[in-house]
Amino acid sequence: MSGADDDRPVDPVTGYQTTGHNWNGIIELNTPMSRIAVWALVLAFLYSVVAWILLPAWPTGNHYTRGLLGLDQGAEAVDGYRQIHDARQGWMARFDDPDFAALAGDPAVMAEAGPAATRLFHDNCAACHGDDGGGGPGFPVLSDGYWMWGGDPATIAETIRVGINGTDPDTRISEMPRFDWMSREERAILADYVAGLPAQSADPGSPAAQLFADNCATCHGDTAAGGLDNGAPSLADASVIYGQDAETVNTTLWAGRHGTMPSWSGRLTPAEINLLALHVLRLSQGRATP
Amino acid sequence: MTDTLSLRERRIGFFLAILLALLGLTMAAAARHGAMAVHGVIAMAIGVALIFLIAGSLYDPDADPARKDRYYDAPTQAGIFFTLIWAMIGMGAGVWVAALLYWPEATPLWPATSFGRLRPVHTTGVIFGFGGNALIATSFYVLQRTARTRLADAISPWFVVIGFNLFCVWGVTGYLMGSTQSKEYAEPEWYSDIWLVIVWVTYFVLYMRTLARRNEPHIYVANWYYLAFILVVAMLHIVNNLALPVSLTGARSFPVWGGVQDAMIQWWYGHNAVAFFLTAGFLGMLYYFLPVRSGRPIWSYRLSILSFWGITFFYIWVGSHHLHYTALPYWVQTLGMTFSVMLLVPSWASAGNALATLNGAWHKVRDDATLRFMFVAAVFYGLSTFEGSFLAIRPVNSLSHYTDWTVGHVHSGTLGWVAMIVFGAIYTIVPHLSGREAMASPRAVEWHFWLAVSGTLIYVISMWNAGITQGLMWRTYSENGALAYSFLDSVRAMAPYYLLRTIGGALFLAGAVVCTWNCRKTMRAVPMGGSASDRPLSAQTPPRRPFDAEPAE
Ligand code: HEC
Ligand code: HEC
Ligand code: HEM
Ligand code: HEM
Repeated sequence: MSGADDDRPVDPVTGYQTTGHNWNGIIELNTPMSRIAVWALVLAFLYSVVAWILLPAWPTGNHYTRGLLGLDQGAEAVDGYRQIHDARQGWMARFDDPDFAALAGDPAVMAEAGPAATRLFHDNCAACHGDDGGGGPGFPVLSDGYWMWGGDPATIAETIRVGINGTDPDTRISEMPRFDWMSREERAILADYVAGLPAQSADPGSPAAQLFADNCATCHGDTAAGGLDNGAPSLADASVIYGQDAETVNTTLWAGRHGTMPSWSGRLTPAEINLLALHVLRLSQGRATP
Repeated sequence: MTDTLSLRERRIGFFLAILLALLGLTMAAAARHGAMAVHGVIAMAIGVALIFLIAGSLYDPDADPARKDRYYDAPTQAGIFFTLIWAMIGMGAGVWVAALLYWPEATPLWPATSFGRLRPVHTTGVIFGFGGNALIATSFYVLQRTARTRLADAISPWFVVIGFNLFCVWGVTGYLMGSTQSKEYAEPEWYSDIWLVIVWVTYFVLYMRTLARRNEPHIYVANWYYLAFILVVAMLHIVNNLALPVSLTGARSFPVWGGVQDAMIQWWYGHNAVAFFLTAGFLGMLYYFLPVRSGRPIWSYRLSILSFWGITFFYIWVGSHHLHYTALPYWVQTLGMTFSVMLLVPSWASAGNALATLNGAWHKVRDDATLRFMFVAAVFYGLSTFEGSFLAIRPVNSLSHYTDWTVGHVHSGTLGWVAMIVFGAIYTIVPHLSGREAMASPRAVEWHFWLAVSGTLIYVISMWNAGITQGLMWRTYSENGALAYSFLDSVRAMAPYYLLRTIGGALFLAGAVVCTWNCRKTMRAVPMGGSASDRPLSAQTPPRRPFDAEPAE
């Protein structure tokens, strides 16, 4: 092919002969096959052959070559999970059946568990409740010490486990009913009244106060302070879920509310739930790093 | 357009336009509502517009008989026009979705503007709209010149260009309405897929017929690549899109494949879309425009052969590297990984062949921004294929998968390689078709070059950082066995990179806008007269032999 005695033109720059092809001015050099390319191909092929020998590689009908290393990705994944799990088990096991008071009082355990709890909270709860438990419209503040369902760690753990209006069979159930049957005026004065409760500017002798006592006190308490552990929040404190301006309250009254807190029983282990309960408690006490 | 067609061709075109309008009417009437009806209306509108366009010329004088002594470049010109339009749409959508990732709360309360619907507008707009039109336009141009013959007929190139763009428009408008098959890079629904098959077969037949009439004993490398692109894309498209429509009057369908087989078919398609759409065709472009622009011979014919067959053979195997550590059996992953590593050799052989071709023309690379586009394309082709083979190694992929490293790799390939070679080709073709020596504004080409290079570097480097940061944050455990970072931490850490990416993308888009402006200006400028050698062989005095006329420097 590359005999020098034929009449194919030579490229003046490189001194190489061309292939003699010419496509409207495009020509090609008859450069011999690059050695490096051939060696690279051989090397890459050797790498592949080694990989095929060591790893599962070629199908053989209903089976495949297993490879000398005998690797199985399912087993590897389970293995990896076990290792991490075991590494955690040292301190995590203490949260299986918690004595919250003892745990919270043990600085060594909390030093290990604290950062892990923060991550768990960020990964599972922060999307709704905020990183620091600061809540947002529709999602209650967890860091303020006001509770709908109770604030001791065992109760918080139960709330997390079963959820509120969630999917767990034991889920907590709560509903702010619709008061769409009230007249527009009644709702309006009631809304003003409720909006004034936190600042204690509501008039206890007004007709609105009477409406409240008749319709609302069963759930929210006679003094609107909640605390009946039925999911109805205090309306007299600074903590709000949806908003306690007259307009939002009016919407709440007209349309009702049905907040949903997912049940975590199927997704987190009991130890993780207990850990989170302690974390939430410490958030509300200003003691956890958010 | 119509003055380049003979009276008979105009009548055929008129008939086809009526068929298209009827097809659209039938679709709209059958579906009555939803995406398919809208698409019917779009097809009908285009059909009616073409009817009017052609009807007006049915009784005009016949086309100049001397046109047969020329290459048929009108479809190429139209294709370049569409390339630039789609560049604006696709890259505009890219910058928009990039901005949405930084300011997610800026999403308007209108479903068509949500990230999920705009993202495929971006990918379809750039890959098929921008890349596809560039491939079709340049393939006609290159084919005629390397075969030294005119396109086999004048109707089918128009059918291909218009039909292909109708497919792109159907795709993009469908996503905005929420119509998608949910297969990445194959989102359009069943009727669009069937339409594309018709267009593609026409394209293939046209290519083969023209090639069969060639006046050259050998088929030039560029044509091997274009043919591989056309042929393999047809095969991939048909197999991956096999689906059963829910009804013939609606846009929805179910794929015939299920479970992990479906995933494997999808990524066999997906990766070969990269290989044969985003690589093979553009290598064809490189193999033509690089030697033409640099005036240098292809460095090694043998290396071309090694690369072509290596790329074609190895690529077909590697789709499974997109499914590492999934339900796909381990052995399939091993094969994907090893073939990806072997694939590096022919890929680098191509890149090396291109760079070695520039030997003896480095002064031109320095002075000519157009040639520099091609040079940068070859370099990024080398970089992104090296990166690809590296990412295909399972343990590396366990770090990079699901992260922005993949997005960085994608755009080092698409911005650095695909878009650069397209712009290099455009800057070579457009003056040529306008009968000019150079673009209207060479300074604007220079500006475009630097905008494109800096945009690409900012984009790619920020995504590398983003991806590696994400990957490491997700897998770091503290010594007590708990994750060191929450997912939210890793999302927050992305903010600066996403902002940078948006800026880089905006620079790149700005370059494309400059290019469009410059092309328009060039096409409108007074022609200076085409070169006499740029004719089919049948219309030429004996061709000059290589180097004969090359004046000594
Ligand atoms: C999808 C959003 C969502 C997620 C995720 C979520 N919550 Fe809640 N959570 C709520 C809502 C809504 C309420 C209030 C329900 C109501 O209004 O009745 C609530 C209530 C609570 C309460 C009761 C507060 C009280 O005053 O008694 C606790 C405790 C709580 N969440 C803890 C958590 C923890 C811990 C996590 C993470 C494991 C979590 N939540 C994840 C939405 C969420
Ligand atoms: C059947 C029990 C029940 C009754 C009766 C009831 N509520 Fe409620 N209310 C709830 C519950 C439960 C919630 C919490 C709903 C949630 O978070 O989704 C609530 C929430 C509210 C809120 C929203 C608090 C916030 O922080 O955004 C307002 C305001 C409110 N109630 C006002 C009233 C008023 C006024 C009445 C009387 C007209 C009333 N409720 C009667 C159970 C009740
Ligand atoms: C103006 C410049 C561009 C910008 C700003 C841009 C931006 C983006 C963004 C934000 C994404 C989504 C990433 C994610 O989901 O996290 C994306 C994806 C993608 N872009 Fe671009 N892009 C640009 C140009 C291009 C070009 C020219 C091409 C092809 C020729 C291209 C091909 C793709 C592909 C294939 C994906 C999907 C990647 C994947 O799924 O991994 N882009 N781009
Ligand atoms: C030797 C050549 C190449 C190899 C071996 C390769 C390999 C890979 C690998 C391993 C991934 C990541 C898969 C994952 O983790 O999900 C990937 C993604 C991707 N690559 Fe490449 N690559 C190569 C060249 C290219 C080139 C040149 C381009 C573009 C022009 C490109 C475009 C893409 C795209 C678009 C994706 C994203 C697919 C998606 O997830 O949507 N690749 N490639």
